[in-house]
Amino acid sequence: MSEFLMPSLGADMDAGTLVEWIKRPGDPVQRGDAIAAVETQKGVIEIEAYEDGVLDDIRVQLGQRVPVGTVLAHIRTDDRARNAPPQKHVPAAGAVAPPSPAAAGPATPMPAPAEPASPRITPAARQRAQALGFDAAVVPPGPGGVVGLREVEAAHATFAREATTSVPSSRPAAPGRKPGLDLDEMRKAIAAAMARSWHEIPHYFVSSTLDLTALLTWLDQYNARRSVAERLHYAAPLIKAGALALKAVPILNGHYGEHGFEPATRVNLGVAIAMRGGGLIAPAIVDADTLKLTEVMDRLNDLVARVRGGRLRSSEMAAATATLSNLGDDTADTLQPVIYPPQVAIIGCGRIAERAWAHAGTVSARRTITVTVGGDHRVSDGRSAATFLNRLDALLQQPEQL
Amino acid sequence: MSHANFEKMVREALYAIAPDLEGEPIDPALRYRDQFEFDSMDFLHFVMELHRLTGVEIPESDYAQVGTLAGAVAYLTDRSAAGPPQ
Repeated sequence: MSEFLMPSLGADMDAGTLVEWIKRPGDPVQRGDAIAAVETQKGVIEIEAYEDGVLDDIRVQLGQRVPVGTVLAHIRTDDRARNAPPQKHVPAAGAVAPPSPAAAGPATPMPAPAEPASPRITPAARQRAQALGFDAAVVPPGPGGVVGLREVEAAHATFAREATTSVPSSRPAAPGRKPGLDLDEMRKAIAAAMARSWHEIPHYFVSSTLDLTALLTWLDQYNARRSVAERLHYAAPLIKAGALALKAVPILNGHYGEHGFEPATRVNLGVAIAMRGGGLIAPAIVDADTLKLTEVMDRLNDLVARVRGGRLRSSEMAAATATLSNLGDDTADTLQPVIYPPQVAIIGCGRIAERAWAHAGTVSARRTITVTVGGDHRVSDGRSAATFLNRLDALLQQPEQL
Repeated sequence: MSHANFEKMVREALYAIAPDLEGEPIDPALRYRDQFEFDSMDFLHFVMELHRLTGVEIPESDYAQVGTLAGAVAYLTDRSAAGPPQ
C-alpha cells in the first residue's frame, strides 16, 4: 500500500483543491496515469501515479482544499502476495474494470448480488452533482449500475445542452475561458515565487549575442521541404541546444535545497509559456537533451496547446531542473530572467534581430539573438554561465547535428 | 469552396488557437500579431490548423499572405481555384 499525496507543483504552491477523481476505487492504475485533478493557482493540474497498483480508498472529497503532502488516497501496490486487510471501501464503480490480479484480490468486495436494484452513487459523484446544482439520483447509471463522476459529468453536459439559459453551477463552463484558471490567482503565484527568488537568491546575469544565421538558414531549408505539421519553430533547436549545454555545465542544472545545491542527473528543461490574457507557466520538457528535434517540437506543440486549453500534468510541473524563457519575435532585445526556485539558473532569450556583425575583419548583416543566463551565486559564478553560453553558441552553429 | 466557407474556416482556426476570441470582433485587415498578440508559435499553430481544416499546403514563404483574416481568405480562395485541394 502506498500513499498518494497532494504534490508540490512548484515552490509557490502550499495547497490545492481536489476537483476530480479521474480514477475510481478499484481501478487499476499504472505509473504515469492521471488519477486526480487538482486546482491550483496555475490552473487545473492532473496528478499522476508514480507506481503501478490499484486505487484503494479515497481520503479527500471533491471540493476539499488540502495542504501539500496530504494523503489523497492509497494505492495498493502489493499484488496477491500480500494479504492486505479489507479496507473501508467504496465499491469499485463500474465494476467492469479490466481484471487485474490485485483487483480480483480479497480486498475488493463484490457486493453486487446483495445490492438493491437502485443505482449506487459514489460519494464523489453525489458531491459533484450537488456542486453542479442537481441531485445525483436523477443521473442515469453507468456500467454496473453505478453513478460515478463520469456519469455526473455526462449528465451535466446534457443538461447544459438542453438548457437555453445557463445551468446554475458553482463553476460555469464559460466558453473560451480555460476552466479552473483565475489569472489574478496566477499573478499571485508568480508574485510569490518571484518575490521569494529575488529575496533569497543572489542573482548574477551574463549575456552573449549569438549569430543565428546558420541555424535559421538551415531551418528555412528544412521547413521548405515539409508540410506545416512537420515544420520546426526555432524554439525547438534553442531548447535542444540549451539542454545539451546544461548537460555540459551541470552546475547550472539542479535544485537548491536544505543541504545546498543538488545537481540533477537529467535535464528537464522548463519552458516558459505565456498565457493569453497574461500570466506565465513553465512546464518541463523531460530529458530534453536526449530528444530528437522533431520530438522536442512535438512536446512543445502539445505543451502550448495544453497551457492554452487543456491540462498540464504534475510531472511536467514539478520536474524542471532549469528553465528557458524565450521572449519571442517582435518583442525586445534582451531578457534578464529571474530564477524559478528551487532551480539555480534560467536562460532568457530576446528576439531575433538583424544586426551589423563584425567577423574576421568584415562587417555583415546577420540574424542574431541575445541570450542571458540568470545564475544563483550561492552555487555558481559568471564564468560557468559564460562556459554555458559558448557551448550553446557552438551547438547552434551546427544545427544539423542537433 | 466559397469565400464564406473559407472565412468560417479561418475563424475556426483562430478560435482553436485563441478560444477567447470567439464572439469578439475581428478586423479583417489587421495582422493577428498586432490585433491578438499572436507570436510566431501561435502563428505556426494557426497555419497547422488551417492546413488541417482546408487541406491547403501553405509554405513558409507565403506566411505573410495569411497573416490577416482578409489575406487568409483571399489566399485560400486563390489556391483552391488554382487546383483541387490535396
